[in-house]
Formats: sequence, C-alpha cells, structure tokens
Amino acid sequence: MDFRTYLIRRLLLLIPVLFGVSILIFSLLQLFSPEQRAMLFLHSPQQFGRIDEIIAQYGLNDPIWKQYVTWLGQIFHGNLGWSQVVGLSTVSAIATFLPATLELAIFATPLIIFSGIYFGSKAAANKDKLIDHTTRVGAIVGWSLPTFWLGLMLLMVFYGYFSGLFPPERLSTAMNQVVHSAEFIRYTKLNFLDGILNWRWDVTLDALRHLVLPVLTLTVVQTAFIMRLMRSSMLESLGKGYVLTARAKGLPENMVINKHARRNAMIPVLTISGYLFASIVNGVVITESIFNYKGLGWWAWRAAVTLDIPSVLAFAMFSAVLFVVTNLAVDLLYAKFDPRVRLGGNVT
Amino acid sequence: MRFFLHNLKKNPLSILGITLVLGFLVIAIFAPLIAPTPAGQYDPYMIPRAGFSPTPRPPTAEHIFGTTQGQYDIFYGVIWGTRTAFQIGLVVIGATLLIGILLGSVAGYFGGVIDEVIMRVTDIFLAFPALILAMAITIALGPSLTTIMLALIIVSWPSYARLVRGDILTTREEDYVQAAKGVGASNFRIILRHVLPNSIYPVLVVASLDIGAVVLSAAALSFLGLGVPEGYADWGQMISFSRNWIVGTATNSFAYWYTVFIPGLFIFLFVLGWNLLGDAFRDILDPRLSRR
Repeated sequence: MDFRTYLIRRLLLLIPVLFGVSILIFSLLQLFSPEQRAMLFLHSPQQFGRIDEIIAQYGLNDPIWKQYVTWLGQIFHGNLGWSQVVGLSTVSAIATFLPATLELAIFATPLIIFSGIYFGSKAAANKDKLIDHTTRVGAIVGWSLPTFWLGLMLLMVFYGYFSGLFPPERLSTAMNQVVHSAEFIRYTKLNFLDGILNWRWDVTLDALRHLVLPVLTLTVVQTAFIMRLMRSSMLESLGKGYVLTARAKGLPENMVINKHARRNAMIPVLTISGYLFASIVNGVVITESIFNYKGLGWWAWRAAVTLDIPSVLAFAMFSAVLFVVTNLAVDLLYAKFDPRVRLGGNVT
Repeated sequence: MRFFLHNLKKNPLSILGITLVLGFLVIAIFAPLIAPTPAGQYDPYMIPRAGFSPTPRPPTAEHIFGTTQGQYDIFYGVIWGTRTAFQIGLVVIGATLLIGILLGSVAGYFGGVIDEVIMRVTDIFLAFPALILAMAITIALGPSLTTIMLALIIVSWPSYARLVRGDILTTREEDYVQAAKGVGASNFRIILRHVLPNSIYPVLVVASLDIGAVVLSAAALSFLGLGVPEGYADWGQMISFSRNWIVGTATNSFAYWYTVFIPGLFIFLFVLGWNLLGDAFRDILDPRLSRR
C-alpha cells in the first residue's frame, strides 16, 4: 500500500468515528427533557416565556432521527448552544479559553516529553544502578499522586509559605489591567508571547510566574508513563545488533547511547503521543481548576459544577475531535517514516 | 503458587504494595470499630459534624486528625472513605472486566461483522479523553456516587474489550482450540474452557494496575464537585473541602495543613499500594513483560 492509499483509507475511517462521537453526544443530550434542552438556547432568564417557541424552533419534540439531523445541522453552523456559566456561545467560549490552555500546553508538553525521554534512557543505560532505582520509584510515586493533591500542596508551599512567589490564576491584577488596556495589542492572546511582542517584559515575567506551578503539576504526574515506556524501549534497543556493531567498531559509549540506541528507542514513545494528548487534556481540567487558571479546563469544570450541559458536551466533543485528529496525525507521520506500518495493512 | 509467593518475596516494593493494600483492607473491614458511628446517626457513610463553623480546627484528642471546613471529622472521613474507595475500585473494575471479556471474546472468536461492529463502537468511546467523557456522562445522568461508577465503567470497558479480543485472536489459532473444535465442542464451551483461560492473564494484570487509576479518576471527579453528596465519606470530596484553606493564617502559613495533607495521603498510599501490587503481578504472571 503506498502512502496515498493509506492516507485515503485512514481519512475514510475517520467518518464512522466522528459520526459515532456525534451520536454519543446526542444520546447524552437526549437524557434531558425537551424543556431542559430548550434551556440550552436561552441567553437570559427573561427568555423563560419563550420556551415553547424555542422547542418548536429547534424541533425538540420531533421524532429522534429528525432531531438528530436538526442538531447536526446546528453544529455545522457552529451553534453548539449557549454557555450559561460565562455568558457566551459555546463556540466563542472555546475560542476565548483556548489560548490560556495552549499557553499551558506549550510549556508542559515539551517538558513532559524531554524529561521522560531523558530520564527513561538514563535509567536504561544504567540498569540496576542507583539512578535506575530512583527513577523507578519516582515514576511509581508520580503515577500514584493525585494531580489535585499535588497542586494544592505546591500552592501551600509556594503561594502560602513563600508569600505569593508562584501565585494561582493567569496574571496578577496589575498585569491583567495592562493586558486589557488599549495600547497593549493582543497578537496571539498568549500572554508571555504578547508581552515580548509589546516589549512589556513585566507581563511576560508575570505570565511565566503564574505558569510555573500548573506546568510543574502536569509534568510530575504525566512524565512517569513516558519515562517507563522509554526505559523498556531503550533496554530493547540496547540489546539490538546495531548497538553491538557500534560498540564493536569502537564508538565512545555516550555516542552509542545518544546516537544509536536512543534514537531508535524513541519511536514507540512517539507513537503514544496521541495518548499523551488525552492525558494532558484530562490533567488540564484538574490543574486549571486547582490554580483557578482560566482556560478550557477551568471553563469545563465551572460548567460541570453548575450543570451547564451545553458547555460540558461542547467541550467533550471538541476534545474528542482534537484527540481523533491528533491520533490520525501521529499515525500518518509514523506510516510516512516507517513503511512497515502501512505494508501491514491492518489499521485496527 | 509457591513460585508466585517466592517471586513476590524477592521484591521489597511488592511487599510494600501488599502491605498497603492489606492494611487498607483491614481499615475498610473494621471501619465501624476504628471510627464508631455516633449513636443515633442513620447513615454510617455520612461524616459526623462537630458544629457548623466553616474554619477547620487542628487535631485534638477527640478529633485526632482535626476537623475540616464545616467541622467534618477528618479521621472518621478517611477511615470510612477507605470503604468508598474499595467499593469504587472493585465495582468499576469488576464490571469493566465482565463487559470487556464478554464483548472482547465474542468479537475475537467470531470475527466478521460482529467483530467489526464491536470494534467500531470501542473506537467511538476511545475517541474521548476518558476523564472528559466520564465528566459529561456524570453530568448527564445526574451527579452521584453511582453515576461516577457507571461513568467510569462506560469509559473503561472498550480498552479491555480490545485487549481481550487481541489475545483471543492469537489463541484462537492454537492447536488445542482447533482440536476442541474438531471433536465438536460448542462455541461457548471452547471460549470458556480453552480460549479464555489461556488469554486472560494480561487482562488481569492490566486490571490490577487499573484499580488505582480508577480510584484516582473517581477522586478527581469528586474533587471537581461532581460526585457524592456533601459530607459523604469520600477522599476526593474531603480534599475539595480544603481548597479554601491552602494559604493558612498570617502567622502560620501551614495552619490548616491537615485538611489537605491527610486525605491526600490516604488516596496516594491506596493508589500506590495497588500500583505496586499490579507491577508485581505483571512480573510474575507475564514474564514477557517483566523488566529485564
């Protein structure tokens, strides 16, 4: 199978999955009465009187299949309902909160991947030595730590004890005013980057200060998995013939490890980046809620607590679509660089 | 069995894991003796209150772990919360295993259209980040402990179904299965007596590793405020009570440390115990996966 056939095949397989995702979300929505579902389109309590009108407008009493078609049509028009908790349409809520979460992910993801790969291969290269045991214990401890507990303990020390060294939220009040002032242009809506672009280093510094603890919380919990995977993959790679050859021809040991063994051992780690994405999204909801960091996860949490159904479902659907696309991208990259994958032909 | 015990003894971490899990088991079984329910209280899972003041009070002889926001007794909460944790872990993993094994073996053994349908359905569930889907389901069904468990079952079974299916696919072609088919054994009998016993171990290993993860997810949902009613003995909720007390007082920034530290320590040790135990199981039951 050449790459193009594989690409088309994978894209076609995407359709039933996305269809299924929409069915699942729609079924969850069906658990509510037409009146409750009509509430999703209300923007203010003054509109309570219009409930019957809205039920008729969105066909909420129609047969199920017809409702599904109407609902899907609404989604394609970008109408996923009204988010009570922030007073915006769910689509603009996602657009508003996405940059904050991106800012978090931009710092956390590389840190998770690099520290995972670094410590994992270090442990494998020094098998059964002190560093191997230390990272092993560290991984199990990190894996068992409740994210929210770790976050709160970190706040207790770095916000409480060191009086406000690394505070919660996204920016301090003063810097928030700067960011929202007229002369500050929000090019990217990523505060640390906008700070640089506007030549306001104090904003950048403040944004980074607020990012330290959330990023640390995410990293400690998520690195463990990559580290363990990297270790076993590295051990396998160290036993391979090409490593033996490299050693036999007299290459220095760190060259053998860094150039020959580690590069090949990284492949399995890259293939699970889709999984990493999902666990970061899971972690983001918890982390943002602890640090009151107003991003997508914070919004989803507020929505869930206040039973703001359209927001929760919109967020679930949004993250599912992103997850599916990420997985596809990873698989395609993998197939591009490793022909064995697509020659196998079995993609399930 | 002796081989099993011998292997277990070799590794100090496994021993720690077993000790932790057994310790929690003892706490769960003897909860009514360790933290007696006050006379006249109807539901033992509701944490007794020593007043209604919002400010936590530090440990005293009467409340040895102190009281948290709303004067809920922390000691009582963590002891009875152990029962809640076991309930969540065992019910969710038990049900998940049952559904996963059933659907996975049907899909793997029969193949064809049935297989295709079941696998496409798992695709849909696996398209969501698990905690997010669990959150949406909990909201849709109305937040409660039962819904949390149901939601976690709904998001966890697909990966088990796929795992079982994969194992069955390889076992199905073995000679002894073909032989059983040859002598005319029924499909049901073949799956139950020949295929499953030979392909179940990896699944059980994953299950033991997952108990900790399930309890963590449930605690997270409950921490986010989507779980049990206020005052129910549940670790996640107890930590959510402590959120307002992170900063401490002007003179002592760790003034309320016990409200967050103690319930969190219980969750951590519980999950750690299961993870260590799962690790040990993996090494023993599946030598292929063991660390070299």
